[in-house]
Amino acid sequence: MTGMTDEKKFRFAATLILAVVGIVALFPMVLLVVASFTDENELIVHGYQILPKKLSLEAYTYMWKQAPTIVRAYLVTIGTTAVGTSLSVLLTTSIAYPMARRCFKYRNVLSFFVYFTMLFNGGLVPQYIMWTTFFHIRDTYAALIFPNLLMTAFNVFLVRNYYTNSLPEELYEAAQLDGASEFGIFSKVVFPLAKPVVATISLFSGLAYWNSWTNALYYVRDPKYFGIQNLLMRIMKNIEYLRTGAAEMTAEGAAVTLPGNSIRMALAFVGVLPILIIYPMLQKYFIKGVVVGAVKG
Amino acid sequence: MERKKKKRVSNSTVSLFLIGLPGMVYLLINNYIPILGIFIAFKNFSYAKGIWKSPWVGLDNFRFLFITNDAWIITRNTILYNFAFIVIGTAFSVLLAILLHELGEMLRGKFFQSVLLFPHLLSWVVTAYLVYALLSSSNGFVNNTLLGGGGPDWYGKPAYWPLVLIIVYLWKNAGYNAIVYMAGIAGIDKGIYEAAKIDGAGKLRQIFSITLPLLRPTIIIMTLMAIGRIFYSDFGLFYQVPLNTGALYSTTQTIDTYVYRGLMEQGNIAMSSAAGVYQSLVGFVLVMLANFVVRKKDPENALF
Repeated sequence: MTGMTDEKKFRFAATLILAVVGIVALFPMVLLVVASFTDENELIVHGYQILPKKLSLEAYTYMWKQAPTIVRAYLVTIGTTAVGTSLSVLLTTSIAYPMARRCFKYRNVLSFFVYFTMLFNGGLVPQYIMWTTFFHIRDTYAALIFPNLLMTAFNVFLVRNYYTNSLPEELYEAAQLDGASEFGIFSKVVFPLAKPVVATISLFSGLAYWNSWTNALYYVRDPKYFGIQNLLMRIMKNIEYLRTGAAEMTAEGAAVTLPGNSIRMALAFVGVLPILIIYPMLQKYFIKGVVVGAVKG
Repeated sequence: MERKKKKRVSNSTVSLFLIGLPGMVYLLINNYIPILGIFIAFKNFSYAKGIWKSPWVGLDNFRFLFITNDAWIITRNTILYNFAFIVIGTAFSVLLAILLHELGEMLRGKFFQSVLLFPHLLSWVVTAYLVYALLSSSNGFVNNTLLGGGGPDWYGKPAYWPLVLIIVYLWKNAGYNAIVYMAGIAGIDKGIYEAAKIDGAGKLRQIFSITLPLLRPTIIIMTLMAIGRIFYSDFGLFYQVPLNTGALYSTTQTIDTYVYRGLMEQGNIAMSSAAGVYQSLVGFVLVMLANFVVRKKDPENALF
């Protein structure tokens, strides 16, 4: 009986603590959303508030007027995310396949080839020089898709482990007896059976592309290629130039007009919105991926 | 017959190789060519001359890097931040994991899991906006509402930033790490808790005598892996969140931001590439050492 109350007490305490931590986790986002609906003057006088006295839709009507810039940035982000994620899934699932096949003599060599990229890297400088001078990637859509994001060793091992743990050797033998080629086995048998892990790596990869800003920072100056994150980043940069009183603005910065406080927050909200919508539906795959990947990457 | 079989095997080897080839080509370009490119750190590189014609300078770039104070500051910052993240982050994540596990399959347990994981899904650019909304001296929430109109100039004083960055790190990553530890707790045999209950052990006693000791291997592995990465920092955290503010460099500059700024903002490729190679080499040694220790303790969890 005492054990029971102890358990209840503990659950109550756990709920209480987690509620507080949860509020802290969500608070900044709530503040940002409220700020985007707050009257600009109110923001200037009282700052960002959780319960502002005067609300306004001005930020959103302004965004509507600026729609071409924002819609363009949105399309760039959606396009690079879609293309990048599809290519990523294709490359990742296919390189993991020979790594999982016991009959492939070089599977350990291949696994090490992939694994080594997690242990050692050349760093930013050689990578930057290679992409810009050999591949002339500056100001192209390719710059937003290819460097770094396309395939990660983490995802490759996630898929390889799924193949080896969930697909029995008999499956391959049966397919071979039916006369299927390796390409046939991969595309018609293994890939369709790997749906759960494909969902997980699509989610990881899609999120990485949606949130990516480093490639844009390194390789993109032309506003034509600005995605949502890049647009947000350049706007924030310009604010910093104003704040620190630096006279010169960068060329790429001048292309972005400086919007008011509420508009900036509205833009950031619009950038997060798709994640807010999709996350509740897909979180189970996400959590599964985190758990499986961490236990044995 | 023998020949035919051999031929079929090698055929499938070729097919398997071809299936893996696109991925291999990508890694070759994206990861291996830049590794070969570390020789740039031993040259006085200029874009005009290109990588082949730029003159060799031996270890000069490294000498210049280590003469300055920079090398010391960026090494110190990178290691100290990682140290703080490991100690505080682990404690906090384990605590959250225990609490989340307690609520288990209950609806609110699932709900809190999603809520705590949410910050991890935001980009560093958006995170920088959120921190700005809180800390901006002109209209940030902290100064205007919490501190009633007063309060410090957060983006002007380096002394505040170790605290700010540690909090932002916890805010963004603790939920994610907690889920990893939760998986460890879920793996503990329920029978042990039942037995303890029969012996009259309360909840706290169970946590300290069962959960924590049995979670120790997971904690040790995660910590060792983090120690292996102690020479690397999250570029987004240290570049975006302080808004690349020059006045804050003394406490926000890490090896990664230093390499970026040298390359892109100051055109100081010599120092930048030297710092990059310094990071790669020391980082590599640390990863190998960490893995060596993991393998001695627990071969199951060794990375290779």
